Amino acid sequence: MLAWAFHRISGVAIWAFVLLHVLDIWLVGANRGLYDEVLRFYASPVGRVGETLVGAALLYHALNGLRIIVMDFWPATTVFHKQLWYASWVVFVVVGLPGAYIILRPIWAGAS
Amino acid sequence: MAVYTRSGRARPHGSGFELGVWYLMRLSGLALFVLALGHFSITHFIFDPANETSQWIVDERWGSVLWRTVDWLMLTMVVLHSFMGVRTVVQDYTHGGARTALTMLLYLTGIALFLMGTMAVMTLPFPVK
Repeated sequence: MLAWAFHRISGVAIWAFVLLHVLDIWLVGANRGLYDEVLRFYASPVGRVGETLVGAALLYHALNGLRIIVMDFWPATTVFHKQLWYASWVVFVVVGLPGAYIILRPIWAGAS
Repeated sequence: MAVYTRSGRARPHGSGFELGVWYLMRLSGLALFVLALGHFSITHFIFDPANETSQWIVDERWGSVLWRTVDWLMLTMVVLHSFMGVRTVVQDYTHGGARTALTMLLYLTGIALFLMGTMAVMTLPFPVK
C-alpha cells in the first residue's frame, strides 16, 4: 500500500515536472534569452534543492517500477515483494545520498 | 476503480485497449529506466547545471543527430508513460462527464507537449563548425 502510494505520488510529481521541462526546452528555440534565465534558476540553490527532490522521486519511481515489472513478468518473485521493496530502498539510499551530495555541494562550495 | 495487486495494476483481461496500455506502461517504463535516469545523470553528475547554457545545448548536448534521436525517443516514451499514468489516476478518482472531459484534456495536453518537444529537438540549428 505504501509502495503503491509513493509510486502514485512520485509519478504525478514527475508528470508535473515533465510538463515544465518540455515547455522550458521549447524555449531554447523560441526565446533563448528566457531559456538561459530558466537554466540559471536550475543552477541556483533553490533550483538544486528542487532537482534533488525530482531526482529522488524519479529514482524511487524507477526502482519500484522495475520491481513491479519483475513481478508482473516473473510472478514467482511476488512471494518476495517485501524483500524486493526493501532492496529497492537500499539501492535508493546507496545511489541517492552520493547523488544528492553531488547536486547540492555547489551551494556551500560556492558556484563554479 | 482499477484493481491493484501486490505489484501494480492487475493485467487487464482480453486483448483490448486497456491491455495494450498495460503493456505500454511496462515497456515505456523499462525504456525510461535507462533514458530518464541516464538523462538525469548526464545533466547532474557528468555535467553541472552551473555550466549548462543554451549555447552548451547547441554545441554539446544536441550537437549530433544521435543525441537528438536519443532525447526524442525519451520525449516519446515520457509523454506516453506520464500521460497514460495520470490517465489511470484520473480514472481512479473521477467518473461520468468529468472523467471524459479530464481524459480528453489530458490527451490534448499530451499531444501539444509532444509537438512542442519535437519542434525544439528538430528545429534547433546545429553548431556551425
